[in-house]
Amino acid sequence: MGSHSAAFAHSLQGWTAGLPILGATPLWIWAFLSALLVIFLLALPFGGIATYVERKVAADIQDRIGPNRVGPIGLLQFFADAVKMLAKEDFIPRGADKFLYNLAPVLVVVGACGAFAVLPLAKALVGADLNIGIFYLVAVTTLIAPGMLLGSWGSQNKWSLLGGLRGAAQIVSYEIPVALSILPVVLISGTLQIGSIVEQQGWVWQGEMMKNYHFWNMFHNPFTMFSVFILFVGGLAETNRIPFDLPEAESELVSGFNTEFSGMRFGLYALGEFCDVFVMSAMVTALYLGGWQVPFLNLENMWVTLPSGLIAIIHFSMFMAKTLFVVFIVMWLRWTLPRLRVDQLMGFCWKGLMPIAFFNVIGTALWMWIFHGKSMMQLVMGQ
Amino acid sequence: METGFITAFWYLAIAALVVPLMLGAGAILRPKRTGENKKLDAYECGEDAVGTAWVKFNIRFYVIAIIFIIFDVEITAIFPVATLYKDAVANGTAGLVFGEIFLFIGLLLVGLVYCWTRGDLEWVKGIAQTKPKRGIHG
Repeated sequence: MGSHSAAFAHSLQGWTAGLPILGATPLWIWAFLSALLVIFLLALPFGGIATYVERKVAADIQDRIGPNRVGPIGLLQFFADAVKMLAKEDFIPRGADKFLYNLAPVLVVVGACGAFAVLPLAKALVGADLNIGIFYLVAVTTLIAPGMLLGSWGSQNKWSLLGGLRGAAQIVSYEIPVALSILPVVLISGTLQIGSIVEQQGWVWQGEMMKNYHFWNMFHNPFTMFSVFILFVGGLAETNRIPFDLPEAESELVSGFNTEFSGMRFGLYALGEFCDVFVMSAMVTALYLGGWQVPFLNLENMWVTLPSGLIAIIHFSMFMAKTLFVVFIVMWLRWTLPRLRVDQLMGFCWKGLMPIAFFNVIGTALWMWIFHGKSMMQLVMGQ
Repeated sequence: METGFITAFWYLAIAALVVPLMLGAGAILRPKRTGENKKLDAYECGEDAVGTAWVKFNIRFYVIAIIFIIFDVEITAIFPVATLYKDAVANGTAGLVFGEIFLFIGLLLVGLVYCWTRGDLEWVKGIAQTKPKRGIHG
């Protein structure tokens, strides 16, 4: 809706316009800087801190204390882990395919961090609001599947190969329900641009703009209430989280596809997977839970005019609060549910989620047709 | 729009540089004692690894891959139609577009039912056949 495709870079340029040297910096440098900022100050630190938080959540659920030695309440644990991994000896197993073995972590990290480009962190902080944003997101995160498969094939280990094959079969299978659960959002919003999809999930109480905002997609109609859960469950399977962590089922496959990866190479795999969890949660948030929208409040159109920087901060906090809540549910599930069997996993995808996802797409299309594209909220408010 | 794609390219490029960067940082810190010894062997729970790990694997992975390709391509083809649906609802041609989407999804569903009844979605095959038949055993 009239916003720039590289909103983050434009925002940086706008906020520094009056300054002596920074004001004259060309846009592509700001684009580069925004990418640096998001990857090194959001994606990678999240991967690190998430390992600490996951252990703390596990400890709380199992009535233990958890990491508490390094720094206050163990907060620097991830830093200690990183130093340890960096100092570990780095070796490639005998007989491994060196090219594939080295390529695999790159694909996993590119798949996870590259997806941050289209995440709408705030209205003014979208790295690249592409007109094919959803395709980009789905395509780039799927790079993790070949990463796992090539790494497991290249490491010349039978456990790894089994884990990698399972992982590839699982990720491609759950890709279908995930894509089918994104489809209702596209039907409702009429665009693949994630910024615009989030924009439409706002709410205004009165005025000419009311018909443009239909509140969260989750509450658009009864069918989207189901498809948000299918998207979440499919996302769990695509990020190999319990109860779908068969590629690295440690009770059967030692450590699955990353058995032969040690030290920092293993660390990069783990980092990539945690970033992927964040991306998946952010996708659920942006597509169904209103993204950076503050519920029932339109910050840009209020009785007082807020500075654009403050709006960006509020939007960003809102987005992070929703996303981290979804991440917390992912961690909570990990320490609650047992692992599925492979046949149960595949059966659940093809015979359980797929028919429901198809039903949701048809249902949403019918709802749009019958109620002229109005959401439940709009109908209740009598618009 | 151009700036958007350039930014996306920067993300991918920086992400690809993270791996060599971290491994390079490790190379300065860590010891280099890798010799030609046992620890380079593949880990198989302490046993010596027998043969290569590059073995033939089960055909069902190919079946899943083929079914996936068909479904994924068809879903990709629905997305452009779905993008137009909101406008179609607004200018009253929703029925036409709904028909197209329904036709497409109907085709997919027929495919799913076909795979299902053929038993291609069964991960463990042959259990039904190995059950002892009542007639033979009295």
